[in-house]
Amino acid sequence: MSEASPPLIELRAITKTYGEGQAAFQALCGIDLVIRAGEFVAVMGPSGSGKSTVMNLLGCLDTPTSGHYLFRGIAVETLDRNQRALLRRHSLGFVFQGFNLLARTTAQENVELPLLYRGETAEARHAAARAALKCVGLDGWEQHTPAELSGGQQQRVAIARAIVTQPLVLLADEPTGNLDSKRSHEIMELLLALNRDQGITVLMVTHEPDMAAYARRIVHFVDGLVDSDTQHAGSSAVGAQAEAPCC
Amino acid sequence: MLLNALLLALREIRRNLLRSFLTVLGIVIGVAAVITMVTLGNGATRMVADQIAGLGSNLLMVMPGQRLGPGRDSAGAPKFKIADIEAIQQQVNGLKAVAPVVGSAVTLVAGTQNWSSTVSGTSNDYFVAGNWKLAAGRQFSDDEERAGKAVCVIGNTVKKELFGKQSPLGSSIRVKAFACEVIGVLAAKGQGGMGMDQDDTVLMPLRTAQRRLTGSLDIGNVMVSLKDATNSTVAIAQLRSLLRERRKLAENADDNFNVMDTKQIAETLSGTVRTMTGLLGAVAAVSLLVGGIGIMNIMLVSVTERTREIGIRLAIGALEHEVLLQFLIESVVLSAFGGLVGVVLAFFACLGLTALMSMPFLFNPGINLTAFAFSAAIGVIFGYVPARRAAQLDPIQALRHE
Repeated sequence: MSEASPPLIELRAITKTYGEGQAAFQALCGIDLVIRAGEFVAVMGPSGSGKSTVMNLLGCLDTPTSGHYLFRGIAVETLDRNQRALLRRHSLGFVFQGFNLLARTTAQENVELPLLYRGETAEARHAAARAALKCVGLDGWEQHTPAELSGGQQQRVAIARAIVTQPLVLLADEPTGNLDSKRSHEIMELLLALNRDQGITVLMVTHEPDMAAYARRIVHFVDGLVDSDTQHAGSSAVGAQAEAPCC
Repeated sequence: MLLNALLLALREIRRNLLRSFLTVLGIVIGVAAVITMVTLGNGATRMVADQIAGLGSNLLMVMPGQRLGPGRDSAGAPKFKIADIEAIQQQVNGLKAVAPVVGSAVTLVAGTQNWSSTVSGTSNDYFVAGNWKLAAGRQFSDDEERAGKAVCVIGNTVKKELFGKQSPLGSSIRVKAFACEVIGVLAAKGQGGMGMDQDDTVLMPLRTAQRRLTGSLDIGNVMVSLKDATNSTVAIAQLRSLLRERRKLAENADDNFNVMDTKQIAETLSGTVRTMTGLLGAVAAVSLLVGGIGIMNIMLVSVTERTREIGIRLAIGALEHEVLLQFLIESVVLSAFGGLVGVVLAFFACLGLTALMSMPFLFNPGINLTAFAFSAAIGVIFGYVPARRAAQLDPIQALRHE
């Protein structure tokens, strides 16, 4: 299926340099990468290999030093800040290693936040947020603040926030990095279900082979270059039955 | 969008109640302190001005002896006599009233009550010169003045102490060894410019006081009231040369008497009060500044947390101006609220304090506005500027802010 779909994301000769002059550090040295709609891609590699950098560039959180980034055929490097923000708002969802939820804010309000910026009505926001929280298995935890939730639950809230806008792509930067193995597998199965049932393209950075095994495609980064790019089919079967079909 | 930003801002304020409270508190204290101090200063100035007006403007006090100062001797100076009074009346132009005053501290007794006060022997001109009105009764008659009859006009404090709420007219007061009939009561004036009670006084004809209290024909001092159109410098010059001539002073000798102009006293006093008001204003300005720094602190301390928050908002698709509008509204709401509370608090504080110090309460819109605007501006600037810096970062930098 993935071979037939049109390219959703296309990176051409992307480089990223941090700092200037003597202190300059080249994090990406010319990346070419094509991701099609509906894929579940794990990005792996040692520290400093540029895997998080490429994730931030894909998410328009950061800008490349050179090269071209096409998102559904649109040259992202030509967009201004506001246009990139609108692209994030309408097409991208983020999950971070550190969760990045608003403190002292209920799960429901955290999930509603992206909808607020989209200008949706209060009823639409409430309904969508509750549905998203239900989807990640946090039924009944709507009024809890991050401090009252476990790490796994917080990451679920973050995932709910990412999918509440029904994005095309879900970008997850070490989503299980702060979680124990049991919670990590639960989160991975959730991501897998979202990819399988809702057709959301999932891009995930991880350094744990266990977690990467959930993906159908694994891209290895070494020293700012793509080292290997392998497809493997059957892995999505792992514990697929564990997660109730949602949404 | 504005509605959205308002919702976000209010939610943020509610979410960070402690921080919001501290911000508001800083502004409240700054605003309230400034307004209270300046308002009290204004009240004090007005109070002194009122008292000076009550003293009677254009009034000269002529006293024997030299102006007090180092190495000056006032003890040997000759006293004034009634002839001096007559000469002043006849030879100085533009006078409204010339009242001789013979003062004596005495104990007054009426029935079972007694009270220590000051008796002044004087003429009916004293009522004009001292700007006194009668609350009841009458002034001295010519006959009483000429014959030195035992009659008196009493001040409001004396009346209260000796007679309470009863009318004293026709009653008699024992002054030292003689009984004195009360023929009038002075209208109350309140505290004098120097803090003494002006109503604690008893007036009787000059001759009565000279004969029965001091036992001499000397006159203690002279109150000279000028007509409104009179130039006080010219009148003082005339008065001085007349008195120098009558006292046979040589060309190069110092005056052995002293002319005091109440206008000068008034100017000195209001100058002092103005200085005090300025001082209070300076203290207030410092407290405003300290309040402002407090606001700055609380705003800057929360920048790290807020920068991450801005990063999150940008990452999930908020536009720069949406984030800024939210922060701007937040700052404006907090600052304006704090400013308003400060103004209201100051109003009640001033009301209470002025009542406590029996001062007039003068609402000063200027200082209210200034204090409010200054604090609100600081609150808005220091709430908004760091947010603007954060919102201009790439989202990933904002998210990584430590």
